[in-house]
Amino acid sequence: MSTGLHPGDLVDGFTVGERLHAGGMGVLYRCAPPPDRPDLDVPLLIKVPRLGPGEPSESVVTYEVEVTVHSALQGPHVPRFVAAGDLARQPYLVMERIEGRSLKDWVDRAPIPPEEVAVLGASIATAIHSLHAQEVVHLDVKPSNVIIRPDGTAVMVDFGLARHGHFPDLLAEEFHHPMGSGPYISPEQVLGVRWDPRSDLFALGVILYQLAVGEYPHGAPTSQGGLRRRLWHLPRSPRRIRPEVPEWLQEVIMRCLEAQAASRYASAAQVASDLTNPDQVTVTERGRRLRRPGVGALLKRWIMAAGYEPSPLDRPSQHLVSAAIVLAAVATQHKSEPRFQALREVVRRLMAVDPDRRLTCVTVIRPSSDLGGGPEAEAGTSQRIKHLVLLRNWAEPLGLPPERLSYHVIESNDPAGALLEYARLNQVEHLVIGAPPADVPLKGTFVSTRVAAEAACSVTVVRPRPQVG
Amino acid sequence: MKLALLADIHSNLEGLTACLEHAREQGADAHAFVGDLVGYGADPVAVLDLVERHVEGGALVVRGNHDAAILDDGADTMNKSAEAAVEWTRAQLGARHLAFLAGLPFTARRDDVYLVHASADRPGDWTYVSDPLRAGQSLAMARGTWVFSGHVHEQMLYYQGAAGRPLQFRPEPGVAIPVPAHRRWLAIVGSAGQPRDGNTAAAYALLDTARPTLTFFRVPYQWARAAAKIRAAGLPESLARRLERGE
Repeated sequence: MSTGLHPGDLVDGFTVGERLHAGGMGVLYRCAPPPDRPDLDVPLLIKVPRLGPGEPSESVVTYEVEVTVHSALQGPHVPRFVAAGDLARQPYLVMERIEGRSLKDWVDRAPIPPEEVAVLGASIATAIHSLHAQEVVHLDVKPSNVIIRPDGTAVMVDFGLARHGHFPDLLAEEFHHPMGSGPYISPEQVLGVRWDPRSDLFALGVILYQLAVGEYPHGAPTSQGGLRRRLWHLPRSPRRIRPEVPEWLQEVIMRCLEAQAASRYASAAQVASDLTNPDQVTVTERGRRLRRPGVGALLKRWIMAAGYEPSPLDRPSQHLVSAAIVLAAVATQHKSEPRFQALREVVRRLMAVDPDRRLTCVTVIRPSSDLGGGPEAEAGTSQRIKHLVLLRNWAEPLGLPPERLSYHVIESNDPAGALLEYARLNQVEHLVIGAPPADVPLKGTFVSTRVAAEAACSVTVVRPRPQVG
Repeated sequence: MKLALLADIHSNLEGLTACLEHAREQGADAHAFVGDLVGYGADPVAVLDLVERHVEGGALVVRGNHDAAILDDGADTMNKSAEAAVEWTRAQLGARHLAFLAGLPFTARRDDVYLVHASADRPGDWTYVSDPLRAGQSLAMARGTWVFSGHVHEQMLYYQGAAGRPLQFRPEPGVAIPVPAHRRWLAIVGSAGQPRDGNTAAAYALLDTARPTLTFFRVPYQWARAAAKIRAAGLPESLARRLERGE
């Protein structure tokens, strides 16, 4: 069925332009804003759903879901929402037209080098995390729904199957077949679960697998039986298909692809963090494995899958609180045991709240070029190692397993700025930092003061207990 | 129109005034009282005066089972403390207030808004709409797009899926939920005078017909004062404790 729109038509003041794309659910056109909307200073597109006789009954509901969810989203990882038409009169959606390339361009060239997989994957994970933080699970993450801006930022589009934790789920129990795209749909979605943010991590795992080896991990089934296979079936190890895939990347991919949501990463931010810091990934059997387990192990997985019970979960953002990344800013350049200890005790309590939390220990040191003496590069390396050792030593008494911990030595002349930037890029939820020592006279602004004032996340400023007597 | 919907006030003047004040700050320009104005609490006269004033100004109101029990001997089906409160309330009210209660309809409708205290399926049976099945039965007999009820004190939103079967959604306080008019909705607006979900804050809902959205609110109020009045009036101690614990 045609959407009945032609270039030059006016829809509620928006001028329809050239047709850009005709997809399964709708047709996209360029569009120009009404003259009385100078605030709309970004390129726009209008999306018109295919509705009416001959079109699937889902289309009406998915259009409604898309409008509801998209209009509630903001930030750099979604196209800016502009307007929507009334379903009964003229359904349409006007949004920002993202200048960028579809992720399909990369998938078509796959396999691509592991480093490129990591960079792209981290961008997509960051975009997915921004949806989850806004209570939204996308539930249809696939290459055609990801646009990469020229600066590398990923933008998620098409929220027709999405779920907003604060709104009634209009798609719940409505259609008895799983909704999503065969290669990317998570095992729990196959069973009709529509609230788990970790479903998007499974789809991300499929994309990473595809980018790294050029194949789908579970093929592209369409039947219910074919889709169910991923509940117990293990994909071929990426390193078996392409030996140049490093163990750490296989570890990340296969952890995203775990059949049980609880065995995957706890949040997309944690995936982004691992893809950005390969040296911090704890490689397990998952990352080293070359062959699939034997018949006995598969049988066991099959039996487990037969009794598959999705574990209930709170709203997406609630889940993110428990899977938070905590940043400890450890001033290794001003080592002081009472201050270190006070910081550690606060961090210990924050980490004890939930086993899904991760701790990132960060110290900021002066750039090596400022250090002088000896060959610069060598001096820089030894400085970094020295502070890395101090960081590890600080964290050891916490007794956290390696997969919950990472260490970063940042070189910068602007410690507050470096910490803020790191916290923002890594979606840190809680930053813990020591207060300036009481005996230091105030000159300019303290690092902790600026961090507390400017950070987007919660900040705890820690003081050691005053010495009595 | 921004319509504030208040149910199960139960003679709690502090709860009612806190909700009305909150609704005023949200820009409410119309009010609806979804039954059980009295019973349990110590301020039936002041609450009825306040509701009557709103009704004279155009507010909608329907009768609840506690309102009905004041008029006849329907209280014999209630528990002991509720029955004691009904007896006590009856003694407080004059002829004018009794006549106001006697004039309350079971259901009310204005445009696409429909009110019934319990279920629209035989409203006088006071069925608790506490699951999707009963919500479906009520929706089948109700008219209008947006159906509002009380009786059950916990806030809940039922909506009709494309398959026709109602589905249940537990709302998050303060979030404006889109409730487009091409679907039908049944909302339990929560109790402004006797919350029972472990949270002492009073509850009400606000329908914004222009957008259209429905927002469920929780409003902290002076429950200590309301509880003290219950004790001073000699009403059962359990009714005071209930407000202190929100259960």
